[in-house]
Amino acid sequence: MSLLQTRPALPSDDKRWKLVNAAMRRNGYAGHALIETLHSVQESFGYLDEPAMRFVAGSLDLPLSKVYGVATFYHLFMLKPKGRHACVVCTGTACYIKGAGSLVDAVEARFGVKPGETTEDDRLSVLAARCVGACSLAPAVVVDGDLAGKQTADRLVAKLEELA
Amino acid sequence: MNLDDLAEKAEEYRARDAGITHEVRVCVAAACQSGGSLPVLEALKAECDSGGTCKVKGVGCMGLCSAGPMVAIAPKGGAIPDSILYREVKPEDAADVLASVGGAPVERLHTPTDQPFFARQQRIVRENSGLIDPESFTGYVAAGGYAGLIKALSEMTPGDVLREMTTSGLRGRGGGGYPTGLKWSTVAKMPADQKYVICNGDEGDPGAFMDRAVLESDPHRVLEGMCIAAYAIGATKGYVYVRAEYPLAVQRMELAIRKAKRSGFLGSKIAETQFSFEVEIRLGAGAFVCGEETALMASIEGLRGQPRPRPPYPAEAGLWGYPTLINNVETFANIAPIITHGGEWFAGIGTAKSKGTKVFALAGSIKNIGLIEVPMGMSLREIIEEIGGGCPGGKAFKAVQTGGPSGGCIPAAHLDIAVDYDSLKTLGTMMGSGGMIVMDETCDMVDVARYFMEFCMSESCGKCIPCRTGTWQMHELLDRITKSKGTHKDLALLEELCDVVQATSLCGLGQSAPNPVLSTLRYFREEYEAKLTAE
Ligand SMILES: Cc1cc2nc3c(=O)[nH]c(=O)nc-3n(C[C@H](O)[C@H](O)[C@H](O)COP(=O)(O)O)c2cc1C
Repeated sequence: MSLLQTRPALPSDDKRWKLVNAAMRRNGYAGHALIETLHSVQESFGYLDEPAMRFVAGSLDLPLSKVYGVATFYHLFMLKPKGRHACVVCTGTACYIKGAGSLVDAVEARFGVKPGETTEDDRLSVLAARCVGACSLAPAVVVDGDLAGKQTADRLVAKLEELA
Repeated sequence: MNLDDLAEKAEEYRARDAGITHEVRVCVAAACQSGGSLPVLEALKAECDSGGTCKVKGVGCMGLCSAGPMVAIAPKGGAIPDSILYREVKPEDAADVLASVGGAPVERLHTPTDQPFFARQQRIVRENSGLIDPESFTGYVAAGGYAGLIKALSEMTPGDVLREMTTSGLRGRGGGGYPTGLKWSTVAKMPADQKYVICNGDEGDPGAFMDRAVLESDPHRVLEGMCIAAYAIGATKGYVYVRAEYPLAVQRMELAIRKAKRSGFLGSKIAETQFSFEVEIRLGAGAFVCGEETALMASIEGLRGQPRPRPPYPAEAGLWGYPTLINNVETFANIAPIITHGGEWFAGIGTAKSKGTKVFALAGSIKNIGLIEVPMGMSLREIIEEIGGGCPGGKAFKAVQTGGPSGGCIPAAHLDIAVDYDSLKTLGTMMGSGGMIVMDETCDMVDVARYFMEFCMSESCGKCIPCRTGTWQMHELLDRITKSKGTHKDLALLEELCDVVQATSLCGLGQSAPNPVLSTLRYFREEYEAKLTAE
């Protein structure tokens, strides 16, 4: 009797929860809209933490285990906050052929972080993507949402050093 | 609505541009956008005299992505080979570009369209790409869009549509090459009060970007194909599953759905008939296995994207247990022209068992990186050396990978093969979705095999043991061999594991994960052996 079910209150008065709630309402609080909902949480907050997953589970009337299972299955969902800046290195085949590996190595050598890690000062997160579909610009990276193509190790490190 | 009504509408939309003689087209698909095409579009619009005979517009992908941002000057409605094409255009070039309309091309930007890259293509799926504004519904209709759907609805029964599809000989472009007419007929036969149509836009093969370009350049074409399919099989609801890594494709598809609905080409009572069809978008979340049809359906249901054994096939028990038709983006983009021109016409293109054209993404060590569409049966040599321009920097060609992580490589000795579904299988690889990654002499083939195995290992969903642990073990062995620490025993074990994982995995991911190893072993075994250490 989902009509009678009481939905949990928003976890805080942070306005972003309203966006998440709106996404769930749009889909009629249906359980199958779980992935859409998690996308909206991540878009709003940058990552999925435990209170968020509990809130989503309660709202969609799903066991927390299922929400956690889905959140951990898909590579795009992050369970930890990202640093202030994010550098996604594409490791698709075209980028691999054109030296994406050396980009990853150079970033690790300079900043001490591997894909999936964030620097201690929270300045930079490095991520690896399976393919951003920009094969004509290989090797490609996405820095803070902007795609930059035809990278070299030196150019990329210089670009990342400029970020505040 | 019948075809005459639609033609009238198209004429009305075209009449809005009656005073225009030339179009200045700027590619606004993803690759050119990241090369800076939006500021170029702005500069051209600002510079162009709005009362004149020339119109500046954003269009989809023209194909030669490595030369982006691309701008074309074409006589109104003209095809790419009839236009003046400019490469790597910057906002500062706007005045020069506009000054060349109807005159001599700007030499420093000009890229000839009589080169094989453009001249050898045959465009069906991509016939509108680079010509029309992907965000314009009227532009699509003015170019002849929705004529396939209106013909199907007003002149054909669902059975007629199915027959036309069977006659066409179209095979699924998502990789498997399953006959589309047969698949549609199976779903059509299922008695059920609810059926679904799904468009597979997951495009997980790293190094492939055909579907992305179709969605970004001509989204209405895909919707029209889905709509015709729904009519033929008796479905009322459809989903377009797009990977979240393609935000522009998602945005354009959303817009197309909204506009088609508003104009009565989607939603209830389409084109004033009794036929209704709703379409929604579902986003992936970064999992290669979700391209597999049963995993994709699980993902639409909001679950972990894990495959399940088939049968039952989606045609019998698919989304939420109902009969479901699932086809690839490019498959759907082929439907409208087949209905418009007839199955016989389509069957006249291509080879005996592979009909029509195929879109390929050329990437890696090749001069012309981008998208091409050629008839099935063209030789690999023509594709790579002539259309693609061969390896840059005078390097020697070594191999081309087709079929991504599920496929294999083809060495120089087999370049004369005529590319179709069946010929590629005899070489131990497969058509896949159309990605072609070219590798030159500097490429280490054992490392290529390791790269693909690493991919399969981390993309394995973990449901079945052969794939979950087999890919891990094979990756360990390959890693050891690439680091020159492997023994002959390791190589023998690797080959044995290939057999086991291929034979016992649950879905296509595991079953095909050994392919890159088997194929590099078949053609480049000496590279493996050169790295082995004596025991
Ligand atoms: C591991 C795996 C990944 C796949 N990825 C895709 C994909 O990204 N896009 C696609 O259209 N089909 C993909 N397929 C094939 C689909 O399962 C399915 O056969 C296809 O979407 C059917 O459409 P078609 O008949 O039009 O080719 C994949 C299959 C497997 C086993």
